[in-house]
Amino acid sequence: MSSNQRTQSLLKSIFNGRRAIIAIPYLWLLMFFMLPFIFVLKISLAEPIMAIPPYTALLEWGDSLLPSIRASLESYLFLFSDSLYIKAYLSSLKIAIISTILTLIIGYSIAYSVAKAPTRWRGILLMLVILPFWTSFLIRVYAWIGILKTEGLLNLALMSIGIIDKPLIIMNTDLAVYIGIVYSYLPFMILPLYANLEKMDISLLEAAADLGCRPFKTFWTVTIPLSMPGILAGCFLVFIPVMGEFVIPDLLGGTKTLMIGKVLWTEFFYNRDWPVASAVAIILLALLVIPIMLYQKSQEKAIS
Amino acid sequence: MKKFGNFNIAALVIGFSFLYIPIILLILFSFNESRLVTVWGGFSTKWYGELMQNQGIKDAAWVTIKVAFISSTMATILGTIAGLVMTRFGSFRGRTLFSGMIYAPMVMPEVIIGLSTLLMFVALAVDRGVFTVTLAHITFSMCYVAVVIQSRMSSYDDSITEAALDLGCTPFKTFMLITLPIILPAVIAGWLLSFTLSLDDLVIASFTSGPGSTTLPMKIYSMVRLGVTPEINAVSTILVGLVTLGVIAASIIGRKQKQQTI
Repeated sequence: MSSNQRTQSLLKSIFNGRRAIIAIPYLWLLMFFMLPFIFVLKISLAEPIMAIPPYTALLEWGDSLLPSIRASLESYLFLFSDSLYIKAYLSSLKIAIISTILTLIIGYSIAYSVAKAPTRWRGILLMLVILPFWTSFLIRVYAWIGILKTEGLLNLALMSIGIIDKPLIIMNTDLAVYIGIVYSYLPFMILPLYANLEKMDISLLEAAADLGCRPFKTFWTVTIPLSMPGILAGCFLVFIPVMGEFVIPDLLGGTKTLMIGKVLWTEFFYNRDWPVASAVAIILLALLVIPIMLYQKSQEKAIS
Repeated sequence: MKKFGNFNIAALVIGFSFLYIPIILLILFSFNESRLVTVWGGFSTKWYGELMQNQGIKDAAWVTIKVAFISSTMATILGTIAGLVMTRFGSFRGRTLFSGMIYAPMVMPEVIIGLSTLLMFVALAVDRGVFTVTLAHITFSMCYVAVVIQSRMSSYDDSITEAALDLGCTPFKTFMLITLPIILPAVIAGWLLSFTLSLDDLVIASFTSGPGSTTLPMKIYSMVRLGVTPEINAVSTILVGLVTLGVIAASIIGRKQKQQTI
């Protein structure tokens, strides 16, 4: 075997090994992340029946060689005919936008202050941000029930110091949902913002100050634009999952709090209408595809 | 830049109070003598004792630990490979889709992931149980691992691996002897993150589990729906304590590694 042939066969084996390595995580994600969406789409086009599984088959194998296709848009038409669903999408959008803005304002103040803190404090401050990020979502939402409910700790505290005479009704309102979302998602906002602010080139800010720019103006015209990648990443990390949030509106919200994640859950677990639940998921997915792709782009940019 | 001032101190004090007061109150009231979670009736550990008597919680905890252990181990292996592919494999066909499949599960609403995974298992007639929950957990956890690995991989100099390959070391041996030791803290952090993600998941587990595979969050959720009780506070305190220990351990490992590279 000539050396040329040997290098070629070596290259080939590396190339094949390379393809095999790529294939392992690739096929896994195709199988368990992408393929399921095909089934959601399929079942959203089926009709609910009382059976196991509770939906009609899309393909029917009759006497002929080819199966007949039985697709129905009924579930989608149902979603648009009943105003509940459209209201739930719009209400989720409103709650997601408002809570993203609130989280950004609070998160930015914290991330900015952590980034400006003396170096020896930063490690411990950052750890204090990360710790709740790792702590169970459910437990953190649960913690607020004891605080916010009518006979809860907040009302007891406010009444004992005489700020209010009768308890505030916060639990089971939209306000409780906002508190829950901001609280739960705050670390998701702080971490990308901090990562960005920490790397910021201080000489640019010094230059602005040296040239007579007031601190507030420097913040708006230099710091904020420079931290835009962190702001975007944080906002996507909050906005997209909040659109489909279930646990927080279920535990803290009231009967009037409409969110599409809760609607999907109810359709699936209580009404057992799998086709409608699937149609709800498909439309939510369609609404979120563009934000998800923008998020992917921003992350790829940040890495490279 | 203006120095660390009063505004910053106020932001940190208020911000961290907001983040920590609910958790501290939750822990405090797990040691409450009274059944009322809002009235202090003296110090007691009796709710932890009751927890030990609660067979339902113990079963659920065992299921959760099994699922978390297997899924985090598998997710770490798959996620590490995925992170390598993202950083060291250049361009290949379908790369954009691959990176989309890594980033999308991290932001995708859990109800969508849960529903879609479940519908596939039903359509393929796979029995729901510990196995299906584990598969679902591996899938979303591996994406977090991939991102952790990716950020570690892109922050170190690749010339040592190139040198090893040039000197005739096989790709596998190069990975085991050079790359893996360098990225080991990220691999451990990825494992710990996967473990806690699996430990915490309620929504995806609710969709993909079957009879006999109730996980701890599912059990806690059904208890929370019935009302606030000190027992839930006690089980939450144990979970918070475990996660805190894990995070501290991870940060110590990370710091040691940093000192070594310097």
